[in-house]
Amino acid sequence: MHEGLNQWTFVFAAYAIGVSATGALVAWSWMAMRRAEARRERSRER
Amino acid sequence: MPKGADHRLTPFMHGYANPARFLRLARTLTAPLLVAGIVIATLALAWGLFDAPAEQLQGDSVRILFIHVPAAWLGMGAWTGIAVASLTELVWRHPLAGIAARAIALPGAVFAALCLITGSLWGRPAWGTWWVWDGRLTSMLVLLFLYLAYIALADAATRDGNDQSRIPAIFGLVGAVNIPIIHYSVLWWNSLHQPPSITMGKSAMAAPFLLGLLAATIGFSLIFGGVVLARMRAILANQQAEARLRRRAMEAVDA
Repeated sequence: MHEGLNQWTFVFAAYAIGVSATGALVAWSWMAMRRAEARRERSRER
Repeated sequence: MPKGADHRLTPFMHGYANPARFLRLARTLTAPLLVAGIVIATLALAWGLFDAPAEQLQGDSVRILFIHVPAAWLGMGAWTGIAVASLTELVWRHPLAGIAARAIALPGAVFAALCLITGSLWGRPAWGTWWVWDGRLTSMLVLLFLYLAYIALADAATRDGNDQSRIPAIFGLVGAVNIPIIHYSVLWWNSLHQPPSITMGKSAMAAPFLLGLLAATIGFSLIFGGVVLARMRAILANQQAEARLRRRAMEAVDA
């Protein structure tokens, strides 16, 4: 351990970034999939 | 490859060459993979954050392990997936292989970036520095740049209406040379980064850490699988919509 750093600050930052990035990846991929599949359905109906 | 092996492999590989058959399987698996992955990863991370013991030398910063190591494995594993899919696309012309490679690229890039960021956050309290230009960290950064280049190449091919372009596949295969470099970098060169704690059949890690790491890795891998299936479904749906619109336009011109 160096300079008396509070290790929990680094731990929380790593978890917050990891969870947010993974959550954003899942949400974005899911919404992109739903959007693309809705587009395909619309193209069938035209 | 021996001719017999090729005969055994071909029916298996082309069993899912039909997009309709693949889509039936993907629709069944996407949501369960994502839900199971989120539940398992959440439990493993909660245990790592609140219940795992602090390590004797590294203290509480060792908890970053449960997010850093799965991200590193998935970042490297994803490019291996791109390389295998690219080879399958180039050699066997499997129609879904190129789509799979393109779907893997973004989650692979996200996990490679997460590995670098969480590693930096771990390095500051453990090593006293955010970054060193040693073999492991630099080769991992190169992997992130390779992902970004692959995504740009694949997007450019799609934008030009050339989804069948083989250039991203060739790049995916060539880029795989970086994977063994990342893996062996800590053995080949001096590094602040520790050598692998887990090798084939051996672990230098205490049992509770190992089980927590295993659970986190399974959780993130299931999420990765669900995301890849969702992205493959999106690419296929967009391709089918484009094809239909083009056909309608041609029919309108003919009429």
